[in-house]
Amino acid sequence: MCLAIPMRLIEIDGAAGVAEVDGVTRQVRLDLLPEVALGDYILIHAGLAIARVDPDQAQETLSVLRTLADEVY
Amino acid sequence: MKYIDEFRDKELVQEIVRRLERLAPAAATIMEVCGTHTMAAARFGLRSLLPESVQLISGPGCPVCVTAQTDIDAFLALGDEPGVILTSFGDMLRVPGSHTSLERRRAQGAAVRVVYSPLDAVELARREPGKPVVFFGVGFETTMPAIALAICLAAEQQLENFSVLCVHKTIPLALRALLASGEVQVSGLLCPGHVTTIIGAEAYDFLPRDFGLPCAVTGFEPVDMLLGIEAILRQLQEGQARVDNVYTRAVKVQANPRAQALLAEVFEPCDAEWRGLGLIPGSGVKIRPPYAGYDARLRFPEVWEHLAPAPPSPCRCGEVLRGVLRPRQCPLFRQTCTPSQPLGPCMVSSEGACAAAYRYDG
Repeated sequence: MCLAIPMRLIEIDGAAGVAEVDGVTRQVRLDLLPEVALGDYILIHAGLAIARVDPDQAQETLSVLRTLADEVY
Repeated sequence: MKYIDEFRDKELVQEIVRRLERLAPAAATIMEVCGTHTMAAARFGLRSLLPESVQLISGPGCPVCVTAQTDIDAFLALGDEPGVILTSFGDMLRVPGSHTSLERRRAQGAAVRVVYSPLDAVELARREPGKPVVFFGVGFETTMPAIALAICLAAEQQLENFSVLCVHKTIPLALRALLASGEVQVSGLLCPGHVTTIIGAEAYDFLPRDFGLPCAVTGFEPVDMLLGIEAILRQLQEGQARVDNVYTRAVKVQANPRAQALLAEVFEPCDAEWRGLGLIPGSGVKIRPPYAGYDARLRFPEVWEHLAPAPPSPCRCGEVLRGVLRPRQCPLFRQTCTPSQPLGPCMVSSEGACAAAYRYDG
């Protein structure tokens, strides 16, 4: 029940917005995330954006892993 | 999909699996607290990737599953009130009450609508001003802000026909009660990533401090969950206990201040009855007096006056939720309890431990 899907924010109108993933768009509320901007990826749960996906942190997690994977070979 | 596919990368998964083998202790039992983790672990076959000495067990984190029978019966009874439209997340539809379910009531002609968001229920109330619209407020901290927002928006629009049966529950106090009981022995906890976007990773600081347990806050893709398990095994190896956050792209140490303000505006703590865990003081929320008009318990008090106590049931979901009985150890599993004829919520909910075991574990 705690599933939240990362979607790209494509419209902002005050505390409301529209987010998109794979061509599917959905109305979302942005009340919890005053810092979001167009193009950001946000986690949507029950119509409410609950977190902004931090691209730098995502990249860091993956690149640390990839470096370690490469060192093995 | 971005931020999903990368975290399902096979090579990265294999790399972490190799590291888990090197870290594997003699024995470790890790509880995945969250029902969404239970389903992800089953769906991606993560148990088969773990070292043999590492067990993953399910915890009390499926909100549908821990909803008390009397609360389900009360919501079903609200549907008998004149003109009422019941609205709910789809997860609750097939969960059996003592005598019926939302799905069966709908088939018999009752007004039951499944909504994706509580905001859709508010919109329904706006479009149907003559009919009371009641939303079943089930869910943990991840879901509570959406319900609080729905109540605020209904108040803003001065809607008089919207109300919520609020049975929300909070995770940290349930974990404390479960661990303090001593009934289940775990070596570490995978903490629920999306609950933590709201309450912050620091909400689990009591777990290492009071129970000496390593914890990792993690996301829901295979790479995320395996990184969480690795973080716990590493702490065990080092003889440490702390809260590691391996879901840094979404989770911060601190709570989301907007969410906390919204929750404090609409809700206040109350005692809550959990299926399997019993009454846990302060682990629920109720609607605060300024929003009393949106509280279904106050709008329809007669429903609770006539509510019969739930009759005894052979269902052993309570033990499954406490992590002391594995789905397959339940004598009802696959025999009299199946997804098409479920006896308890753990077999109904898509995130229930029994449904996950039935569907994915052969």
